[in-house]
Amino acid sequence: MIKKALKTWLLWELVLGLALTGRYMFQKKITVEYPEEKTPLSPRFRGLHALRRYESGEERCIACKLCEVICPAAAILIESAERDDGSRRTTRYDIDFSKCIYCGLCQEACPVDAIVETQEFEYATESREGLYYTKDMLLAVGDRNEKHIAANLAADARYS
Amino acid sequence: MNWDMAAQAGIWALEILAIAVPVALSVAYITYFERRVIGWVQVRKGCNRVGWAGLLQPLADGLKLVLKETIIPTTSNKYLFIAAPIISLMPALVAFAVVPFGETTLFGLWDVMHSMSMSNLNVGLLYIMAISSLSIYGVLMAGWASNSKYPFMGAMRATCQMISYEISMGFGLVTVMMLAGSLNLTDIVQAQAGGLLHWYMIPLFPMLIVYFISGCAETARTPFDLVETEELVSGYYTEYSGMWFATFSLAEYAAMILISLMTSILFLGGWYAPIPALDFIPGTVWLLGKTAFLIFVFIWFRATFPRYRYDQMMRLGWKVFLPWTLAWIAVVGIFIYTPGLDSIINFWMPWR
Repeated sequence: MIKKALKTWLLWELVLGLALTGRYMFQKKITVEYPEEKTPLSPRFRGLHALRRYESGEERCIACKLCEVICPAAAILIESAERDDGSRRTTRYDIDFSKCIYCGLCQEACPVDAIVETQEFEYATESREGLYYTKDMLLAVGDRNEKHIAANLAADARYS
Repeated sequence: MNWDMAAQAGIWALEILAIAVPVALSVAYITYFERRVIGWVQVRKGCNRVGWAGLLQPLADGLKLVLKETIIPTTSNKYLFIAAPIISLMPALVAFAVVPFGETTLFGLWDVMHSMSMSNLNVGLLYIMAISSLSIYGVLMAGWASNSKYPFMGAMRATCQMISYEISMGFGLVTVMMLAGSLNLTDIVQAQAGGLLHWYMIPLFPMLIVYFISGCAETARTPFDLVETEELVSGYYTEYSGMWFATFSLAEYAAMILISLMTSILFLGGWYAPIPALDFIPGTVWLLGKTAFLIFVFIWFRATFPRYRYDQMMRLGWKVFLPWTLAWIAVVGIFIYTPGLDSIINFWMPWR
């Protein structure tokens, strides 16, 4: 009982708490200072979408519109026509990223791996219009990320 | 004659500036320091973006607050609403008038040591206690003038809390008066001359704890910040924004500096070094160093302890601190007046 009274009067538990926070004060900090430092991203990271090309430069998309059908947010708009060489191609492939929910179903639906999601995530804009990506813009995203896209697809291939 | 008065007024103005400006600046940097320390405790880095290591952060915050719109609720009492922050800031600053920041001969200009205070008041301690209780009026007025339920409840809590803790605080200081035999802050510090063992924290250790914790309650700091909790939407200054809000936090932090200063003056030997051999370091440095450490302890408390419940806070004030302080007054009194025991306590009473 004397021990308990001493503990109360000497504020022992408060001292223990202060010691704990005092120790934490000198621990290594876990802050990631974002614009300069970044956390690693998974190969499955679902960011900005891209339209891919074959090595020959021919675009992969065959305008099957599976992605447009499966898209739960109805963010994809495709129009297609027959090209001069007789193949079926898109004349219009727009994604509205203000609608997109980044579920990745378009990527899963695509039979030719044409539409994929990249690890790019820093594309904030000041207007809604800036989030409306046309076919040319999506192809450009694919062109500048092709190396990463291929590497990530290869890394994830054995799970899919 | 008139020139003398003018010169005196000029000196007073300079003295006021020499205290008020550093207080305002240190308030700004205490907020910065507080954010960094709490960040470190939470294994974060804290604000380090504005300027080198975030040192310009207080300036950015101040600029933001000045530029913000001041909203005065239509149903409020406008005069009281604006008077409240001023009335709560004023006592916090006025109290610094009697605080001695050290002793100096002004580089040998004077023959005797002069106390570095604006006014070396003979009832300095009483003055500090009287003035620091006045800040309650600002809080109460803010809660009342806002004409809104959360500020009102916050003001009620704040008033109860400050009045309750004022009592144990005052009784705690009675023991200091008994030992020092004076209410003059300079005399109280001088009574503690001669090293660590002479400091009043040795015979009055429980009073040091009571005074400091009551100080936390008095300035409404964590663990006693239930006057400005989330459930009250930040309490009595819910309706305040911009510069008036800043005035309230200025008052709060100035009160925190004052409590830390007073604790170091009354219990930690003021401007004396713990070992007389270290007296070559100027006394003001020692005093401000002790104060800075206590401010750090305030912040450390905030980073550590959860908030008291209202009834627990009241119980601590009335049922724990008040009996302890009264008992300690009796103990010190018995020591002073019992033959045999008085030789022990005389060690801390050099004037006897």
